[in-house]
Amino acid sequence: MYHRFDAIIVGAGGAGLMAAAQFASEGDVAVVSKLYPTRSHTGAAQGGISAALGNLEEDHWIWHMFDTVKGGDYLVDQDAAEVLSREAIDAVYELEHMGLPFNRTPDGKIDQRRFGGHTRNYGEAAVRRACYAADRTGHMILQTLYQQGIKNQVRYFNEVMMVDLLMTDDGVCNGIIGLDIQTGEIHIFHAKAVLLATGGFGRVFKVTSNALALTGDACAILFRRGLPLEDMEFFQFHPTGINKLGILLSEACRGEGGIIRNGKGERFMERYAPTLLDLAPRDMVSRSIHQEIRAGNGVDGQDYVHLDLTHLPAEVIEQKLPDISEFVRTYMGLDPITDLVPIQPTAHYAMGGIPTDVEGRVTVDGDNTVVPGLYAAGEVACVSVHGANRLGTNSLVDLVVFGRRAGKHMLEFMRQNDHQPLDPEPDYRARAEIDTLMSNETEENGADIREELQVHMMDDAGVFRTAEGLQRLQSKLAELKDRFSRVGVRDKGTTMNMDLMETLELGYLLDVSEAVVAGALAREESRGGHFREDFPERDDANWLRHTLAYKTSGGIEMGSKPVVITRFEPKERTY
Amino acid sequence: MQVQFRIERFNPDQDTKPWFGEYTVEVEPTDRVLDALNLIKWHQDGTLTFRRSCAHGICGSDAMRINGRNRLACKELIRDYGDKITIEPMLGFRVIKDLVVDMEDFFASYRTLQPYLINDEPAGVGRERPQSPEEREVFDDTTKCIMCGACTTACPITWTNEDFLGPAAIVNAHRFIYDSRDQGANERLEVLNSKSGVWRCRTIFNCTEACPRGIQVTRAIEQIKRTLLTGDNNPD
Ligand SMILES: Cc1cc2nc3c(=O)[nH]c(=O)nc-3n(C[C@H](O)[C@H](O)[C@H](O)COP(=O)(O)OP(=O)(O)OC[C@H]3O[C@@H](n4cnc5c(N)ncnc54)[C@H](O)[C@@H]3O)c2cc1C
Ligand code: FES
Repeated sequence: MYHRFDAIIVGAGGAGLMAAAQFASEGDVAVVSKLYPTRSHTGAAQGGISAALGNLEEDHWIWHMFDTVKGGDYLVDQDAAEVLSREAIDAVYELEHMGLPFNRTPDGKIDQRRFGGHTRNYGEAAVRRACYAADRTGHMILQTLYQQGIKNQVRYFNEVMMVDLLMTDDGVCNGIIGLDIQTGEIHIFHAKAVLLATGGFGRVFKVTSNALALTGDACAILFRRGLPLEDMEFFQFHPTGINKLGILLSEACRGEGGIIRNGKGERFMERYAPTLLDLAPRDMVSRSIHQEIRAGNGVDGQDYVHLDLTHLPAEVIEQKLPDISEFVRTYMGLDPITDLVPIQPTAHYAMGGIPTDVEGRVTVDGDNTVVPGLYAAGEVACVSVHGANRLGTNSLVDLVVFGRRAGKHMLEFMRQNDHQPLDPEPDYRARAEIDTLMSNETEENGADIREELQVHMMDDAGVFRTAEGLQRLQSKLAELKDRFSRVGVRDKGTTMNMDLMETLELGYLLDVSEAVVAGALAREESRGGHFREDFPERDDANWLRHTLAYKTSGGIEMGSKPVVITRFEPKERTY
Repeated sequence: MQVQFRIERFNPDQDTKPWFGEYTVEVEPTDRVLDALNLIKWHQDGTLTFRRSCAHGICGSDAMRINGRNRLACKELIRDYGDKITIEPMLGFRVIKDLVVDMEDFFASYRTLQPYLINDEPAGVGRERPQSPEEREVFDDTTKCIMCGACTTACPITWTNEDFLGPAAIVNAHRFIYDSRDQGANERLEVLNSKSGVWRCRTIFNCTEACPRGIQVTRAIEQIKRTLLTGDNNPD
């Protein structure tokens, strides 16, 4: 089926819906999402969204900017971090005006709590900057933005999965191809502007806080079309995932006073980050946990440690962390008020992704040359405001600030540009890919390949990396890709064919993994979330730059892009 | 442990009526029911179809009947069910395939009650609309809804009465009616006072029992009834 819109937004999480909200009364826009909008993983975000409102104590956007830059181990583009921290304030008020039910201070203002790496006066002490709605801030953001969409009568194509991106020969984006999961039908969406807001790709790892749907679709689709991916080696492992399951226990637990203890009961962060302790940035805390485990200090010699909330007043746990307490009760059969909770780092957030400028326009090289008509925002994008390590609460800010900017810029773009003609058969690539998967013999089972991929990525591209491990992983990926070419979809039907969907997703996971590994192997230093045991120091002389990975017929080629430094010169990062 | 699953199957492309598939899986007692469904799909029968995403009770994708009760498959642990588990789609919605149901009408009912903040007064630049913690607390419970459909399809009134908006839509109206910042209560209450509204509710409490988020759904409906009767826009 053919559709023509001014703008297409792919993805209905916080970023996509915030962009859609900019089209309130103008423009013919549609949101295409493989999940129902309210099923998007933004709804899982717990802890908060930071903005220097200063509702409880003195705070300034520039402190927020500094923390963001330092937290990102100076790989952050500072022009973007300035936009993020300045516009966060207004964006949070905008969400409140849309109806978001934030927790309140006694005098009726938005309440704020502490969060890892957010400090007053350039690192002096933790500051209350994270605005929150209990421990379901993301749920409330997603609901509120979806509700705005209903109010504005946004057009949704739900359970339609983007399977290809359309571009003219001159490199202008002019639409996407969608696969309707419910009917199996192929949709051609012809548009002047396309926003990619498809979220992260945590499912390349075995233990992750990410939803099953987070498979890096848009990253892989662009990568296949020769567009670059930026800083893919930077993936954040969050310190406090429920042991084995990876379900997240928000940093808000520590923001409210929770402590991480090793098997001996020691508060070991005293040794690794004497000032911020348990609220040091996530990469440091995750590494510290692994170091404790390696030193034999895991609980009972095993590969987990404890999150201790038992010293907090029961009311704080019940009122400020209700969902988290319920996760612990449901999945562990433990009570956080009285029991220590077994935790281990869980794959959480992709700092890297599709390179964009501060307007959300996708760029293709070290000079930031833009692809006209193509935008990206949210976790899928790399602006880069998170650099080598994202601070807690800064993703939700990223979604609303850059989702909004991208939406506004698209509105301007579609006013000034016409639809670019489509190829006569724009869907041929997508049809060929799907036909192959549907008609292949089922010699290989996709699930086996996916499970192996996730285990190997976790082992060799996780918290600690070495050249040896990454090279081993590269050969493994080559083997898995070869086997993937013999995977056939077992469900041969057209209605709700989720076997086909999962198989397409597996193809994306494999491509995205290749980009992660290529970046990790290339970057011979340790910075933020990327830790090379064979190069344990940060190396500003050679590596204070972004990587760009390009897929070419001869394999993956690496390019680079300078880091934008405006206000804060790189320094050693201590907490 | 070994668990036997009986799962209701229906593929409109080939079946004229639903049937039960039987599967035996090896799982840990602490595994989620969803984990078992995934194991079956991935390693036994790739055609088995169900929605899922977050896998921890947040996105509302996988509400289904587990041993006869509406539950999220990702929030139920095998150990609480033992070695025989029957899974069926939610009642009252058209089955698209296997455990996947058509939720269009469900979302349409939700939209009827204007589930967004209505307030035409300018909010002021650079500040929030004030709200006290007490005012915020009044509607806290109903902000938790993830629209999984478990409450609505547990309600016998909705099975027989197509007009009834159902508990989930009412919960979401409640969330706005009692929000001190909202000015749209009257319009919503008018709809809720109509024949598709709250008076259909017979206080059976199935909805409350079914809600995976622990929302006091029946209580919320009762509060709206009281507001309709007394005109008092204070729920307690
Ligand atoms: C458990 C958890 C807790 C978190 N807590 C916090 C927090 O407290 N603060 C914070 O700042 N950040 C937090 N984060 C991070 C943050 O929530 C995410 O980074 C953010 O929500 C991502 O939003 P998004 O809009 O980019 O994507 P998502 O919300 O993931 O949405 C992606 C959308 O894309 C669609 N999509 C994907 N692929 C396709 C395709 N091929 N075709 C069509 N549609 C597609 C999906 O249907 C979905 O609608 C948390 C993350 C997790 C996992
Ligand atoms: S999969 Fe999200 S609620 Fe169960």
